Amino acid sequence: MSSREAILNRVKTNKPAAVALPQTLAFPPVPADACIEKFARTVEAVGGTVVEVTNLAEIGAYLKKHYESPERVLNTVHGVGFGQELSGPIEDGHVLANLEIAVVTGSVGVAENGAVWVSEENLPTRVLPFITEHLMLVVAAENIVSNMHEAYVRLDVSAPGFGAFISGPSRTADIEQSLVIGAHGPKRAHVFILK
Amino acid sequence: MSSSTYVAPTDHAKAADKFMEDEERVNWHDKALWFIRQKRDVASKQLPEWELLRETASQIKQNVLSNLDTYLEEFERHAKQNGITVHWAADAAEHNRIVLDIIKRHGIQKLVKSKSMLTEECHLNDFLGDNGIDVVDTDLGERVVQLAQEPPSHIVLPCIHKRKEEVGELFHQHLGTEKGASDPAYLTEAARQHLREKFLTSDLAITGVNFAIAETGGFVVCTNEGNADMGAHLAKVHIACMGIEKIIPKAENLGVFLRLLARSATGQPITTYSSHFHRPRPDQEMHIVLVDNGRSIQLGRKDFYNSLKCIRCGACINTCPVYRRSGGHSYHYAISGPIGAILAPNMDMKKNADLPFASTLCGSCSNVCPVKIDIHNQLYQWRQVLSDGGYVPKTKKIGMQAMATVLSNPTIYRVAGKSGRFMMNLMPGLANMKAVNPWAKQREMPEPPKESFRDWYLKNKKKS
Ligand code: SF4
Repeated sequence: MSSREAILNRVKTNKPAAVALPQTLAFPPVPADACIEKFARTVEAVGGTVVEVTNLAEIGAYLKKHYESPERVLNTVHGVGFGQELSGPIEDGHVLANLEIAVVTGSVGVAENGAVWVSEENLPTRVLPFITEHLMLVVAAENIVSNMHEAYVRLDVSAPGFGAFISGPSRTADIEQSLVIGAHGPKRAHVFILK
Repeated sequence: MSSSTYVAPTDHAKAADKFMEDEERVNWHDKALWFIRQKRDVASKQLPEWELLRETASQIKQNVLSNLDTYLEEFERHAKQNGITVHWAADAAEHNRIVLDIIKRHGIQKLVKSKSMLTEECHLNDFLGDNGIDVVDTDLGERVVQLAQEPPSHIVLPCIHKRKEEVGELFHQHLGTEKGASDPAYLTEAARQHLREKFLTSDLAITGVNFAIAETGGFVVCTNEGNADMGAHLAKVHIACMGIEKIIPKAENLGVFLRLLARSATGQPITTYSSHFHRPRPDQEMHIVLVDNGRSIQLGRKDFYNSLKCIRCGACINTCPVYRRSGGHSYHYAISGPIGAILAPNMDMKKNADLPFASTLCGSCSNVCPVKIDIHNQLYQWRQVLSDGGYVPKTKKIGMQAMATVLSNPTIYRVAGKSGRFMMNLMPGLANMKAVNPWAKQREMPEPPKESFRDWYLKNKKKS
């Protein structure tokens, strides 16, 4: 008998009596303004920086002001107009080893935890939002939801081959519980809320 | 790294004695964990629906365990459709062999690994090391204990027992940081640079799995450091290792679990990264190893199968007064603390008979558990099972029989309460005599109250 069969047989014999799956949780909707405000507060609380803009060109202007040289910026959001604009795929993520700044679209923002859903559909290569030293996420205000339950209603997480909720810059507190921002992923994270 | 020089202790009480010799360290350790426990409290209180979330999470897991075979088959079917290769391992040895086979097939010498308690349970690092494979743990805390040739002492905070000066010395020796430097930011930056080179030059990455979704055939990995993603997305081969109990039915269930996990673990609203893997990259091979290793046996133990609901948040460990003052290594099992103490006897009753006794049965673990495992109850039940099976030394057994009789009989309980107070008032030395009562060791027996709670309650009830 294969291990597969042996495991499944043992599980079948030993499992407890069948119990139904509980109902999906849902909570009363939160007004959009309150959602956006909470989202912005939470992103800051997890170590990110929030900038509200009314159009994509404003993001370009912001970047220009703070990061003078466009060579350091890899821009995957058409319309920002600053940095090296890129639309096609990157075959090998290793070429990004020294990348300083990446601008990436996030499709959903979650108010309760400051997380932004970033998926393969919006990435030239999966490693981009992790390998870059500074991550710039762009989220439309109407895509900000109150909690994770709502996020999963909006998203089909199995549609892309890969996607992640990203909340702030990478961090660790492994050495004596001292919080250090910038572990293996980005050392800084910006979220631009597009209103 | 070849097999570690660390020798696991065999007796919790003895190992705890050793840990407690350094009082300053014990106090610091105790405080560090309590601090995390308090952050968890703050985070949980911010959600009015916290108790509803816990109850729902527990029920989802109950549904999973009661249909585990069909969910596993469903997961396998969908994962295969997604282009992921699925392997089944009956035990640790088979798991290790499967992983080594994949590594060898690709002619790979070195790999990066992110945190996986399952691979700790299977002693994968030692096995691969003995087979000439260089395994680099990439979680900062795990890298620290790997360099120290020790196992993790905590499932979420692997080097919580280490002072920053000790980490500084290890990094000085292995990564060439300045002698005497112990600033966490400086040491973290050194580790970042050291490990970045490993990510960029490794063709194979091993990760753990936090949740695997039956409905979609994908899996979710949660980290704060981004090490699982750096490893997996840069490697040509990704192997994800998981215990069979990590299955959840639907993607929407993640809403419940991801809200609970990080808040329970560290008080964060969510981990920095919650990565959902559904298909390999076009140039990548993706494998999942489904591991039983005793889980299907535990599933059949009606008093203990609940332990398989665990989502490895570590909350029960942070809150445990015994863990905080005895250290993770005193548990001599891959998973320390209260949850480890109810999982370990299933694996080996003889070797782990002491662990369910490493508890005051205060119940704090059960109170914080996000999936509502009745941990302290199971600790108590294991004591009975192990005692009946002849695995428990005599002194502990006598005390326990008395305790069992006391707790199962309300009349005796009342009398014992009164006479207990009487005895302790007259002869406190007896209750504190370590040879007779092993629980008096290292602890001040509490001052017996003048009036038991029950007497007080009855009196006050009559008044009102
Ligand atoms: S038993 Fe509960 S509290 Fe302990 S690690 Fe598992 S889920 Fe967390």
